[in-house]
Amino acid sequence: MKEFLINLLQNDILAYALMAFVPLAWIVPFALFAVWWERKISAHMQDRLGPMRTGGWHGWAQTIADILKLIQKEDIIPSAADRLLFTLAPFVVFVGSYAAFAAIPFSAAYIGSEVNVGLFYVISISSLVVIGLLMAGWASNNKWSLFGAMRSAAQIVSYEIPIALALLAVVMVVGSFDLQEINRAQSGFFWNWFVFQKFPLLFLAAIIYFVASLAEVNRTPFDIPEAESELVAGYHTEYGGMKFALFFLAEYANMFAVSAIASTVFFGGWNSPFGDFLSGPWWGAFWFISKGMTFIFVHMWLRWTLPRLRVDQLMYVGWKVLIPFSFVIVIGIGFWLMVVR
Amino acid sequence: MHSAEGEVVRRRLLRKKNLDLKFMGQYFKDIWEGIWTVLVGMKITWSHLFTPAVTIQYPDVKLKLPERARNRLYVNMDDCIGCDQCSMACPVDCITIETLKSTPDVDLGLTSVGTKKRLYVTRFDIDIAKCCYCGLCVPPCPTECIKMTDVYEFSEYERNNLIYKYATMTPAEIDAAKAKLLAYEKAEAEKKAAKHVAPQPNS
Repeated sequence: MKEFLINLLQNDILAYALMAFVPLAWIVPFALFAVWWERKISAHMQDRLGPMRTGGWHGWAQTIADILKLIQKEDIIPSAADRLLFTLAPFVVFVGSYAAFAAIPFSAAYIGSEVNVGLFYVISISSLVVIGLLMAGWASNNKWSLFGAMRSAAQIVSYEIPIALALLAVVMVVGSFDLQEINRAQSGFFWNWFVFQKFPLLFLAAIIYFVASLAEVNRTPFDIPEAESELVAGYHTEYGGMKFALFFLAEYANMFAVSAIASTVFFGGWNSPFGDFLSGPWWGAFWFISKGMTFIFVHMWLRWTLPRLRVDQLMYVGWKVLIPFSFVIVIGIGFWLMVVR
Repeated sequence: MHSAEGEVVRRRLLRKKNLDLKFMGQYFKDIWEGIWTVLVGMKITWSHLFTPAVTIQYPDVKLKLPERARNRLYVNMDDCIGCDQCSMACPVDCITIETLKSTPDVDLGLTSVGTKKRLYVTRFDIDIAKCCYCGLCVPPCPTECIKMTDVYEFSEYERNNLIYKYATMTPAEIDAAKAKLLAYEKAEAEKKAAKHVAPQPNS
């Protein structure tokens, strides 16, 4: 796709800029759609209907109306806040989550940058979000915000480890950090996907990754940084208008990023489940996005099923369950590879 | 040969090992239970996803009100005899009634239950913003002309619009009736005075 754009536009910079905008063209509509979807799912799981009026059919335009409202809102910065950090924080958060999309392969033909440390890059760049969250919490000069930010930092730092280890298990099998390489290693039918390989080690790794990624994006049952019932809204308590919208966009972008990684690493990414049937660049994007959306649906499903964990329970799950298990998986995969090869 | 001391140490170690195994078992059991209960919860929410919603989309769909629902008050002025009983029954004083006597030559007609109307009702105001929908004004009415309807959508932008004026007489009619009554009373008083004065010389 890069070569095609460069040939088409005869201009490298323009072509790269266009390449960089492709994920944004997906994320923004996705975030709008996902907010609406989440509201509908939450409503139906509670035997309600959710938004039904705006836009006619099942309130599909509700989030568009919401974002228009947020754009028109006054941009309030609390007088006691640190103006620079306060303004910067939502951008840092969004940049952190958007930068991860640079190495995510949307299809066989499209990947922002096919670097050989792709997975490594995604793991490390998405940690940048923590800085933004801490920034927001600190700059707000509000106890709830700071609590939320500290919790979020503690949580993300703890859950990076099982995430990295679970992904490492797959990296050991493939022998590459390159996400396209990982995709290609799973081509063929769905039983070639890594969840079903080296059973049950990689299956457990997928579960560990999924649980830890929920914590990574601060979703229920690990939403203690936002904890509406305890911390008002956590780190974005003081934010309103477009800045708040940016936090929201970053949250949904992050959700899609972790789901995309899950589908790429464990569920075959853009590979069709049926071998060569329905495969190709466009079908690849379709499969990739639908796998990602499935995980997002499970995120939402869990959100409306489980209550929030306590801080100590969260740490228990992270340090005493996920990390030992992921170590066992990494060691097990190591032995497996050693014995088989 | 085992010494007695060695036996004690051996037993203690064995007990500790058993205890450790027990804790270990509990650890895995907790994890399994955690995963299992999450799945059970997910099954429940999944089934609710396909349960028809209980929401009633209010302005589009309206529930049928109970037969004796108490909502906006309505007064049928054709039947009102201005007896003021509803106003007296009202615990929040939201009904204000003013009446005027009619002269004998005027026939105000009958109510639907056959009561003769003797008073002009010049003012019958209900401040529905004050009304507490207790319905206490309804039973005292001798002609059953005040009643609670099932209308509940009557919000207004102006609070004054919530004072419902039921009186049917125009100000001109009221003035005319007043003047007529005054004239009649004056004539009556004169007649009475004349009657009273006339026999005096005889006594």
